[in-house]
Amino acid sequence: MDATTHVIDTHPTIEHHHAHPKLTFVQKYLFSLDHKVIGIQFMFAALLFLLIGGILALILRWQLAYPGEALPWYLLGGVLPETMLASNGALLPEFYNTAFTMHATFMIFFAAMPLLIGVFGNFLIPLQIGARDMAFPVMNMLSFWIALPAGMLMVASFFVEGGAAASGWTGYPTLSAHEGFTGVGLGMNLWLVSLLVLGVSSVLGAINYITTIINMRAPGMTMFRMPLTVWSLFVTAILLLLALPVLTAALVMLLMDRSIGTNFFLPTGLLMAGTPLDNVGGGQPLLYQHLFWFFGHPEVYILVLPGMGIASELLSTFSRKPIFGYRAMVFSMIGIAFLSWIVWGHHMFQSGMNPVLGTTFMISTMVIAVPSAIKVFNWLGTIWGGNIRFTVPMLYALAFIAMFTIGGLSGIFMASTPVDAFIHDTYFIVAHFHYVIFGGSLFAIFGGITFWYPKMFGRMMNPTLGKIHFWLSFIAFNCTFFPMHILGIGGHMRRIYDPTVYTHLQHMQPINEFITISAIVLGFSQIIFLFNLLYSLVRGERASANPWQANTLEWTIPSPAGHGNFDDIPTVYHGPHEYSSPLVTEDYLPQTRRVGEDAVSLAVGDARAVPVANGNGAHH
Amino acid sequence: MVNAIRRTGMVLMLALASVSTMLAQDSTATKPRYDTWWLPEANSTVAGPIDDLFYLILWITTAVFLIVFGALIAFIIKYRYREDRRAVYTHGNNRLEVAWTVIPALILVFLAIMSQSVWSDIKMDAPGADTSVVIDLRPRQFQWDIRYAGADGKFETPDDISTTNQMHVPINKAVLLNMTAQDVIHSFFVPEFRMKQDAVPGMVTRYWFTATKAGQYEIACAELCGLGHYRMRGFLTVHTQEDFDAWYAAEMAKKAAQLNPPAAAAPTAPTDTAATAAGDTTAAAASGAAGAGSAAGADTTAAVDTAATSR
Repeated sequence: MDATTHVIDTHPTIEHHHAHPKLTFVQKYLFSLDHKVIGIQFMFAALLFLLIGGILALILRWQLAYPGEALPWYLLGGVLPETMLASNGALLPEFYNTAFTMHATFMIFFAAMPLLIGVFGNFLIPLQIGARDMAFPVMNMLSFWIALPAGMLMVASFFVEGGAAASGWTGYPTLSAHEGFTGVGLGMNLWLVSLLVLGVSSVLGAINYITTIINMRAPGMTMFRMPLTVWSLFVTAILLLLALPVLTAALVMLLMDRSIGTNFFLPTGLLMAGTPLDNVGGGQPLLYQHLFWFFGHPEVYILVLPGMGIASELLSTFSRKPIFGYRAMVFSMIGIAFLSWIVWGHHMFQSGMNPVLGTTFMISTMVIAVPSAIKVFNWLGTIWGGNIRFTVPMLYALAFIAMFTIGGLSGIFMASTPVDAFIHDTYFIVAHFHYVIFGGSLFAIFGGITFWYPKMFGRMMNPTLGKIHFWLSFIAFNCTFFPMHILGIGGHMRRIYDPTVYTHLQHMQPINEFITISAIVLGFSQIIFLFNLLYSLVRGERASANPWQANTLEWTIPSPAGHGNFDDIPTVYHGPHEYSSPLVTEDYLPQTRRVGEDAVSLAVGDARAVPVANGNGAHH
Repeated sequence: MVNAIRRTGMVLMLALASVSTMLAQDSTATKPRYDTWWLPEANSTVAGPIDDLFYLILWITTAVFLIVFGALIAFIIKYRYREDRRAVYTHGNNRLEVAWTVIPALILVFLAIMSQSVWSDIKMDAPGADTSVVIDLRPRQFQWDIRYAGADGKFETPDDISTTNQMHVPINKAVLLNMTAQDVIHSFFVPEFRMKQDAVPGMVTRYWFTATKAGQYEIACAELCGLGHYRMRGFLTVHTQEDFDAWYAAEMAKKAAQLNPPAAAAPTAPTDTAATAAGDTTAAAASGAAGAGSAAGADTTAAVDTAATSR
């Protein structure tokens, strides 16, 4: 094939066709080195942890709506032990604090991150850049097999004496730095170790993704011809690589304060129940907060960027249009990533740090809203003028735009330091992050799983069940989380076991009840998705190679994708989102399809619409 | 046709009026104090500016929300799939990119500037000790240990006045709180004042306010501090200046009597009569809710004003 005149040469790919000996079950499914299998392993593990996190949320929601009332049977009322429930079956305050701590921990570290990065990163990156596998398949396998034990450690922490961690997922000292302040001993140490182990898994994964994307792109796949999903995962991996070591430092220091007598965070004069603690002094609680949030803010962008990439891909595919402003989308992701390092103090406006920092971090936080706004407008631009197919993935992607916008706008209130003085540590904050992570990322995850399911398993998920799940989730989600803004505005604090203790909150209890009922509907609606996922494995309609008529490289190979992905490494001729191109009659144009001399003159990000050339029957 | 429009308009206005009346804050004495699902009353000098900022951001974000959602819904309807159509093949528009980068940036810079002027007002100029009531606040698991300087005007002296969970301040006068947590991080929060401040062990953080309406407010802990975080409830009573002086004088007298039991009471304590005139009554019930084991020392007094006179 004439590879010299028209193809932009990227790094030569390393092609190795080697005959595989027949793999044992253990090699093929358990300790597989195939990135696709590893991605699917992450998916099933993460969905399990999503379930655990979800049940914990419903349990604590019950207590908020009906303080002191026994948990019903469908929320494990008859099952939880007496360390967690009072004699009448109501939640104990001790376990309430554990419930919200572990809910957040499981959701952030063991559900959202593995789903976004472990599943889509692993499954899609080699496929979408035209590689046979990751740069380091063994390390990839290790990445999963380190993450899973970390999750199991976290689950195990429920069963030790003193129970699981109860200092919030943020784990601020000094509350978290000494067993006596919470009553949680080994459970908190296990929490720390679990996250430290998970950090290793994430860093290994990040190294793999970055190396693979830089080095293993197929011929013609320039950086600016990569699908936005890959871009988002690339930027996310860089954030992970740089942010996780800081979390590691903070967690190690905290673990050392708890166990070997260091005083990183334990200040002089610290009292417990009025009595001075021995061998304590010289530490600074605020140091932890700086370290934690220096990781924590990039972390929240880690949690949302892949969802943005997936949403971009789904919106373009199902609007049958190129991405509006591809380069702007790339640069805004890079901008978000870059700025995410200098906004961490907005989590600490009321912490007691110097008020001048309240000014500086406010400015940087206001600025970081700009690239996100750019993305929202470009998404609207993508669907404008489109020919929209309302498939189930598209529904999720459209919901993503809506929910992310709400979440992003509510963030502006917090960016303003004086307003934050009021809404910090209230339910307004809880509403904000659930809108961006659940309404944003999780909806993108649902869309992404539905979209790539045929490539994973060779079958389609049932679209009727998908639509039912979507509508139930969308409505229940908004009914659950929008009223939380109102609670926060009314001054309802976070992390409190019984709001009725406060006179100024009692009148808002009907809102709490409404939220809880909606949350229960939301939680149980997820059964539909899980059922659809599992049922379609055996009963789903068999999928063709390209059931969605999409452009990217994974749709040029069979469904499910075979080992080694491509028979021959493909050559890429144009960008990933060339839908409704005037060069062809179909409304999609795979990246591997060459269409005459004009193909490579299509500069991606060209602001002018390409005029109809060569006829070819294309018409507007 | 026109009549139909007029009728619809009136119905809408009526609906809007009823809804906003229900939502509006009403300070007539007959209504219960907490009944709106919205911002609490604004009862400190900074609450007004913070609320103004809040509303400014609310209107801007609402406008953006309507634009984005309007476009989203319009596009979903207008551009739904039709067999005979083809999507517009475009990769973008540079002028639009610039526009929707610059305009949000300008709006956000504007918000930052507006916010900064409020922030510097409330955070950069602490009131002096001579023009304010200075209180030492030392929260612990799970109560607010409050201390006043007492007759000698100095802290850490035997005549300091201590209370647990009961803060008393005068109206329209700056109150400066110097706080250090004893054990874990707590956060002092009075919703009607619109500010909160973390109290951190090992460092002194400061918070000042000027209350503008007399009455009894709840103090909430707004930073997870352990099992009893949810019941770390305190009471802040805003008195008229006279009532506050009277309360304070009575406290000083009590303290002096404690320190010099057999001898005569302290000379500077004027008015037992003033104290009784203020209508001090002790109602122990309220302090019981604050929970976990009380008195760290013998100095705690729990004096609760009914505040009926002050409302």
